[in-house]
Amino acid sequence: MKLSALHQSYLNRRSNSFRSPTSLDSSVDGSGKSLVAVFWLFVHCLCCLVSLVLGFRFSRLVFFFLFSTSSTNLYSAPFRPDLPVKHLDVHTIGRHLDPGANVTVAAATRSSRVVVGRHGIRIRPWPHPNPAEVMKAHQIIERVQKEQKTIFGMKTSKMVIAVTPTYVRTFQALHLSGVMHSLMLVPYDLVWIVVEAGGATNETASIIAKSGLRTIHLGIDQRMPNTWEDRSKLEVFMRLQALRVVREEKLDGIVMFADDSNMHSMEFFDEIQNVKWFGTVSVGILAHSGNAEEMVISMDKRKEKETGEEGESSSLPVQGPACNSTDQLIGWHIFNTLPYAGKSAVYIDDVAAVLPQKLEWSGFVLNSRLLWEEAENKPEWIKDFGSLNENEGVESPLSLLKDPTMVEPLGSCGRQVLLWWLRVEARADSKFPPGWIIDPPLEITVAAKRTPWPDVPPEPPTKKKDQMPLSQGGNTVVVIPKQQQHSTKIRKPKRRSKRNKHEPKLTDTTQVSSSMSKRQERN
Amino acid sequence: MKLSSLVLIFIVCNLTFSTISAFRLSPSQPTERISGSAGDVLEDDPVGRLKVFVYELPSKYNKKILQKDPRCLNHMFAAEIYMQRFLLSSPVRTLNPEEADWFYVPVYTTCDLTPNGLPLPFKSPRMMRSAIQLIASNWPYWNRTEGADHFFVVPHDFGACFHYQEEKAIGRGILPLLQRATLVQTFGQRNHVCLKEGSITVPPYAPPQKMQSHLIPEKTPRSIFVYFRGLFYDVGNDPEGGYYARGARAAVWENFKDNPLFDISTEHPTTYYEDMQRAIFCLCPLGWAPWSPRLVEAVIFGCIPVIIADDIVLPFADAIPWEDIGVFVDEKDVPYLDTILTSIPPEVILRKQRLLANPSMKQAMLFPQPAQPGDAFHQVLNGLARKLPHERSVYLRPGEKLLNWTAGPVADLKPW
Repeated sequence: MKLSALHQSYLNRRSNSFRSPTSLDSSVDGSGKSLVAVFWLFVHCLCCLVSLVLGFRFSRLVFFFLFSTSSTNLYSAPFRPDLPVKHLDVHTIGRHLDPGANVTVAAATRSSRVVVGRHGIRIRPWPHPNPAEVMKAHQIIERVQKEQKTIFGMKTSKMVIAVTPTYVRTFQALHLSGVMHSLMLVPYDLVWIVVEAGGATNETASIIAKSGLRTIHLGIDQRMPNTWEDRSKLEVFMRLQALRVVREEKLDGIVMFADDSNMHSMEFFDEIQNVKWFGTVSVGILAHSGNAEEMVISMDKRKEKETGEEGESSSLPVQGPACNSTDQLIGWHIFNTLPYAGKSAVYIDDVAAVLPQKLEWSGFVLNSRLLWEEAENKPEWIKDFGSLNENEGVESPLSLLKDPTMVEPLGSCGRQVLLWWLRVEARADSKFPPGWIIDPPLEITVAAKRTPWPDVPPEPPTKKKDQMPLSQGGNTVVVIPKQQQHSTKIRKPKRRSKRNKHEPKLTDTTQVSSSMSKRQERN
Repeated sequence: MKLSSLVLIFIVCNLTFSTISAFRLSPSQPTERISGSAGDVLEDDPVGRLKVFVYELPSKYNKKILQKDPRCLNHMFAAEIYMQRFLLSSPVRTLNPEEADWFYVPVYTTCDLTPNGLPLPFKSPRMMRSAIQLIASNWPYWNRTEGADHFFVVPHDFGACFHYQEEKAIGRGILPLLQRATLVQTFGQRNHVCLKEGSITVPPYAPPQKMQSHLIPEKTPRSIFVYFRGLFYDVGNDPEGGYYARGARAAVWENFKDNPLFDISTEHPTTYYEDMQRAIFCLCPLGWAPWSPRLVEAVIFGCIPVIIADDIVLPFADAIPWEDIGVFVDEKDVPYLDTILTSIPPEVILRKQRLLANPSMKQAMLFPQPAQPGDAFHQVLNGLARKLPHERSVYLRPGEKLLNWTAGPVADLKPW
């Protein structure tokens, strides 16, 4: 009968917990008398009702209290006062009481403190992590990783010389910040040479000053042209200017080309430390078209004509060294421009695929001593940089070498893609606030129709809000059309009457963006 | 006179200082020498220090069992099989039993597997008894000492108690016939019926090739603080919790499932070995028995083992100073595990990692095929060699009988 089984199981558990482990047989075999059964049924029902009321398994507690015999010590306080009851879930209350009984039972053999049987599951009342301990754990992790680096990493690291050609445009802050943050994370000494087309401007200088790195800011007078081809030619010229600076200042380190829209992985900087003279890495090419529909169409077309020869077309194209089975450099993988023939972008803001050059400069790194006039152990297969004639057309860094087979392939012979090439630019006529600082602050703030937080009920619109001319700058008048007035909520009605400049509510991004969009619309 | 004594002192000082300095392995991680309570014995060579005679039992005790179920070669109890194979071809083996110091009885008691692969121990006592009766009747060496210079490999959950449930195992106790023999077992817990005085604790078998094939470059930074994969609640056998692992695993889950420092779950990912190599601490809590292969995996992968099992005796405890290598946490302190682990000073952690990187440490935990110097087989032999020479009391006077051949449950006395 189920009841007696229940009863038996209770007693078995009890006997396991309280009695010595050697005598396991229950002594209540054959207690299936009807009177006892009815009694237990009654007790069981009572316990069920009480459990329903209280919300936890009352029956086990009852048995614990009723049947704990002389072999155990009863704790006087049934609930531990340091445990706030409301935090514990159902099971823990019963469980916390059990270890009290278990621990006090002496095992049958040799004073072992380990007892067989059901133990409580100990849960501390506030299991959430302690923030001070989390900090300590992170410090431990950092220390271990530092130790690993000193053991397995480079013993002596060379300075990294990053060369970045840039110019002022809408996306400059976007791209340059990305490169800047990557360079700030580099654990080695770094010099950042930023070459700017159109002269060294304060705009660029203010961006790179935030990095805290040692920077050399050069400006060249030419402005950046509008086509991709001309742009890359000018970038080559700018890079060579930077290399000239390296030569003149006798900077000692490893030169890498960090184009401002590329994405570098941290392993890239670790890997280039291994270069002796001239190295090359694999670059992942993200040649996108900027037009989502066209991308989908081209992807479908590719899938249709996937006969096997184009099996690589669905994976990322990679530009980098090609090696034979003994890890020796035999050539280069370059980007296949055929699928994009006729459809590539010509002007900087064309909505078409932007294609890389045959060999991107960013995939090459060189020891700066190759550029010096006098350097010991300089190999003979490098052309003298001082006598380089740019008018001959320097397309890729390989033009600096007499012998291209001496290039060292890095990143396990090009199998690791350590950086990605991407070119994204905004429209040529796009405008942006200089320095990305909105100054003067916005006068008109149009509140969102529905804010996520409940607050001041909207005041009925007054006549004054029909036209709100600005007090300065004639060409930035914003006229609020009438239908928006009724839904305008007033954030601080008292300040409304002051037409002076009040603090721009930068926290309310919806307001800022709506007025921004209005500005751009006007422009 | 004075000058020469000064020179002598100078030379002596140089020599002592050079031996104290840490042992450096170039170019990989610097390690430290490991010396346990028995001294610096991990690299001892047992050849020449002892002689072992291997009984030729009929193949029904070993080979036929293996043929019936070859899964026995890969599970964590496979040490008994590989031990026999090692001893048969080892230089410590002698074919002359008169000159043997130790006698080995190759009987595979842990090879009766369920369809799931778990060993059933119900026939093991009878099998062992039958084997002992055989050797007692065919060779005089058992009766000479009543087994005190014989050793057996019993890698089951609770050793020679031959049951997987702890209460029943305690109830049975060690097989009465094995009371004088030396047991080589994986189970070890102080003050427990199933751990005999003088037993040699070995690690469970973990496949060495499988672990070597999952090694990742050592310079991969260790970014996981605490790592564990396994059950917290054994839903099939103990749905409420509290029995399994004495509630310790459930306590780990309940307290730390939300803690981002603890990467714990029940999933079994394919990158399990690789993840262990990216972790600083690996939890090794008890399960139904206190030992687990996680300890071996943690040592191989350089992850500091956090051992949560009260009174456990770890493998080769006299040769390996586990207190210096692992972190021991009492089961009652499990809710404060994060406090304990974060309060360990970083120098101590780095020292533990250096000790773990010692190749002789990793080698001592493995059972490679074929055997290599310093591996677990050799550690067992070293342990046996350290117990030599046998005391006089080992050899019985003629007519003296100490073992009770009819002790134990009635079902065990049936022939196998």
